Amino acid sequence: MIGWIILAIPVALVIWGVGIYNALVRLRNGVKNAWSQIDVQLKRRHDLIPNLVETAKGYMKHERETFEEVTKARSRAMDAGTVGEKAQAESGLSGALGRFMLVVENYPELQANQNFLALQEELTSTENRIAYSRQGYNDQVYFFNNKIQMFPSNIIANTFNFQKEEFFEIEDVAQREAPKVSFTQ
Amino acid sequence: MMWELIRQNRRKSMWLFVIMATLLVILGYLVGSVFDPDRGGVLGIVIAVGIFLFLTLVTLHSGDEILLKVSGAKEVGKDLHPRLYNVVEEMKIAANLEAMPRVFIIDEPAPNAFAIGLSPKKSAVAVTAGLLERLNRDELQGVVAHEISHIMNRDSQLMTVAGIMLGSIVLISQAFLRSWWLVPSGSRRYRTKGPSGGSPQLQLVMIGLAILLAILAPIFANLLYLAISRKREFLADASAVRLTRYPEGLASALEKISSVDIKLEAANKVTAPMFIINPLMKQGAKLSDLSSTHPPIKERIKILRFMTRGADLATYQKAYSRLRGKPMAIIPPSGLRKSKRIDIREATPADEAPKSNKKTARDVMDLMRAVNDYAFIVCMCGLKMKLPPEMPSDSTIACPRCGRGNRIPVAEMAPLAAMVGAAVSDQASAPADAPAPTRSRVLEYQRKGTGWETFACECGRLMQLSPAFGGRLLRCRDCGRKVKIIPPQREGK
Repeated sequence: MIGWIILAIPVALVIWGVGIYNALVRLRNGVKNAWSQIDVQLKRRHDLIPNLVETAKGYMKHERETFEEVTKARSRAMDAGTVGEKAQAESGLSGALGRFMLVVENYPELQANQNFLALQEELTSTENRIAYSRQGYNDQVYFFNNKIQMFPSNIIANTFNFQKEEFFEIEDVAQREAPKVSFTQ
Repeated sequence: MMWELIRQNRRKSMWLFVIMATLLVILGYLVGSVFDPDRGGVLGIVIAVGIFLFLTLVTLHSGDEILLKVSGAKEVGKDLHPRLYNVVEEMKIAANLEAMPRVFIIDEPAPNAFAIGLSPKKSAVAVTAGLLERLNRDELQGVVAHEISHIMNRDSQLMTVAGIMLGSIVLISQAFLRSWWLVPSGSRRYRTKGPSGGSPQLQLVMIGLAILLAILAPIFANLLYLAISRKREFLADASAVRLTRYPEGLASALEKISSVDIKLEAANKVTAPMFIINPLMKQGAKLSDLSSTHPPIKERIKILRFMTRGADLATYQKAYSRLRGKPMAIIPPSGLRKSKRIDIREATPADEAPKSNKKTARDVMDLMRAVNDYAFIVCMCGLKMKLPPEMPSDSTIACPRCGRGNRIPVAEMAPLAAMVGAAVSDQASAPADAPAPTRSRVLEYQRKGTGWETFACECGRLMQLSPAFGGRLLRCRDCGRKVKIIPPQREGK
């Protein structure tokens, strides 16, 4: 009898461990999947920017600085590696694009350009998609990080070397302030 | 947290299902035993359930297609209305739906929208042309979010099952009420045959009960159905705000929609609960009553405008309680507990300057023509001609402005023939290595200046642009390919 119990304890432990391990893997895959959703949209935005700049250049001769700012922010965002770096570079790009769009309002001819309008719609949509998929990603990361830090699942997580994932945080304050500053100029 | 709502909805569907099924079975039994006191009861139940199963099968198989057909909805892709398609896709991402809903446009001036879908994997969102004409991007997003919420919360599922149940009950009741006077002679004859018929008193009571139930059951089922429909509307509003994080979008969309007094031709009693606002409601009618599929629109707008601090479900619940003055749960408490605060986002800046109404209206009309297989031919003088699909193909049409004769390309006028791969004479004469022209294929041509320009289409035909040409799209007269004309880049201003 006692022999059976002694045998049952490790078996139960292994089953429990496998359950936790699978849950962790599922969560990590969820994070990866959510990240690829964001990544698709970020790439989409990077692809849109050259077109947008090309279209606008013909109309906006005296806005060299604005163009340069957008282009630089884009290449910074494309070079960024980790999630944290990306988040920072992308929020910089969002800010630059926001300022660019404000400048565009001074050029009614450009705003009547069908090509530009189509690009603008694509850009707006992409910004929204980034925002919405970012929310989903952060939720996933939150669940995953909770799981690998809490007892007892943290034992399994440490044994199999599950790493904490980074949030995709955009500095909302800076992004909101920036366009307002250029308004007052 | 959304799972809570879905689970609650499932539980509700089950209850509704049980209550309505009980009604259906009792009705079947009573009606059956009135006609044949011995075995009629069981037979009545079998027939009642049979009717329900038949209707369910039809619905599951092709219900959405039938509904869309009845409403006259046409499917659109991204090329026809990028904004609508984008907005739907954004909401799909926000709601985390498994599959992209199909997007439809209904050619009606009344602004409205609806969603159908027996499962989130197979769903559709339809909006009217009138809606596209009037709403800006944020408002459109609010409406689409409301519809996607219906899909996400499985409202479409619930209402479909409820609708079928209701339909079966109404069907049986009507059939009985129209034929019960046939009963007495039949059952009397039956009684003389054997002693097992039961007393005449019992027979009378049965008939009375059956008539009573046949009258009351549809009313009761209907009220049940409507009560659920109304509550789901509030929940869909709350979820829509949570998805878009922008309550004002939906609020001002509802305001615009309700201010238009055009009757929606495509709606009827069956499809009414699916629309964003009740399409059958008359403007002067009393707003808050039990016979409505939707809650009063003014209340919905007020609740949305009360939401100044956040865009989450808890804030909506608070705003709702503030309006009604009593705490009534719209959102299940389990859904509220885990909800975290969501901040309201800012308005889309491009929306602050909407295009002129006339231009938007013309764009939407062009869109509807494109959906309905109209051909667009741009004359050399720049005038865009819109030809209905009934136009004889391979003929010539004179431009009403400059009088030039324009050939109608065969390929364009026979989209169906091209789809099934039938060789059209013009296509056959095109070079063999050229890809077959399809509707979606668009070539591009960048204009160099503002003078006369000549360029060649892929099929080899030379096309000329006049200095006055202001169109965006040119159609090759031989092969029907579309060529996108990109205006020249200006030097200076």
